[in-house]
Amino acid sequence: MFLTEGIKSFGKYFILLGKTFRKPENWKEYRKALARDLERLGLNSIGIVSIISLFVGAVVTIQTAYNLDDPLVPDYYIGIATRESIILEFSPTIICLILSGKVGSNIASTLGSMRVSEQIDALEVMGVNPAAYLIMPKIIAMVFFNPLLITISMFLGILGGYFAAEFAGVLAPVDYLQGIQSSFNPFFITYALIKTVVFSFIIVTVSAYYGFYVKGGAIEVGINATKAVVSSSIAIIVANYILTQILLV
Amino acid sequence: MIEVKNLHKGFGGEPVLKGISTQFKNGKTNLIIGQSGSGKTVFLKSLVGLHQIDQGEIYYDGRRLGEMDDDERKALRTEMGMVFQGNALFDSLTIEENVVFALSMFSGMTKEEMLDRANFCLKRVNLENVNKKFPAELSGGMQKRVALARAIAFKPKYLFCDEPNSGLDPKTAIVIDNLIREITQEFDITTVINTHDMNSVMEIGDHIIYIKYGIKEWEGTSEDILNTDNESINDFVYSSELFRKIKTKL
Repeated sequence: MFLTEGIKSFGKYFILLGKTFRKPENWKEYRKALARDLERLGLNSIGIVSIISLFVGAVVTIQTAYNLDDPLVPDYYIGIATRESIILEFSPTIICLILSGKVGSNIASTLGSMRVSEQIDALEVMGVNPAAYLIMPKIIAMVFFNPLLITISMFLGILGGYFAAEFAGVLAPVDYLQGIQSSFNPFFITYALIKTVVFSFIIVTVSAYYGFYVKGGAIEVGINATKAVVSSSIAIIVANYILTQILLV
Repeated sequence: MIEVKNLHKGFGGEPVLKGISTQFKNGKTNLIIGQSGSGKTVFLKSLVGLHQIDQGEIYYDGRRLGEMDDDERKALRTEMGMVFQGNALFDSLTIEENVVFALSMFSGMTKEEMLDRANFCLKRVNLENVNKKFPAELSGGMQKRVALARAIAFKPKYLFCDEPNSGLDPKTAIVIDNLIREITQEFDITTVINTHDMNSVMEIGDHIIYIKYGIKEWEGTSEDILNTDNESINDFVYSSELFRKIKTKL
């Protein structure tokens, strides 16, 4: 029963993707929708991502310094560890998990409300492909904007580490600066951005799936928004493992 | 004209519509009446293609809905306008943007032409100075009129209204009814309305079909409905004390 439902849901998800990637009826209207989604899903996330990145960067530095408090380990290693933690895992994965909560619930509840208030039916009666019009601009917005957001997060996370070095006094700022410049592998940035693109696609499409197929009323919209966040988070964690295995091993 | 032949539709093995056949002529307000749960909304949504039917045929001026490919269906959709029960206005768009939405998608009109059309449609439903407002800023009756303006913006050949009077006070309901009738006659549209409002039946019912448990139980005009001896429809029409009293006075 559970397996059958799972396979059915998987099939419906891919059918929805098939409907989403169709030729737009009018490029101009889709561009307008893209601009709206860029603002709602992308620009409006800069604030929360910046605050979290700055503080987590500082905390990572303090905790690493605390754990590497050994005369045999040079202090600049703290800078290296902070940089790698931020670039490899915190910014692309943890920030995307946070975005799956913020943006994913927004997408699922918006589409769900549109479904129960018959706005999606209204689009269909007008001859507009609702899946393409409502979901495709969101995918494009997230897939293209999130790499920028995650790059900002990386920068601010590492900056947060510098502030911790400067103000918490856990290590000399000069050691921290030496650390973040040592043994740098540029491929890690590529790896992080590849993960970001995949995770962004997962966040939008999984959340859109739960919103688009809501049946019922306000309670079901809430339930599906929660399911969207849980499912996209699990999908991100699984994809993170697979991508790491493929790209780093 | 819309022609329906032997329409069947069910959900999860449960039949909802059981072999409905009828014709809806242009320039007429065609009403579908019946109790809640009788299958009216399923019938209307099947007509516009929002539900895939299990059996039967639907013809739009001779064009069979079930045989259309995607492009033909899209072309047909641009000939349709629909007023939904809950209005289904796009919350994030202004009233003006709601009205011109389909035009901006499909018409190829210039911005000025679209604004002229929006103003004309809003004026036609007696709404002015609301262009820049959002749906949430308007009353239920005004939202209904915006939904009607949006439905007629693309000059539809077929207009569908799902319970256009639900949630409205009797006075506003009559205003909406009369607007729909005027627009239907003025633009020679084939209008199909779902309702269980007996005022609408008496005011604008050029052609009425009564559905009970998914079966077409009765068909006629608002004149016929007063004189029919069909027990089932009499039970429905005269279920309210007011209408029973009116009948005895008549």
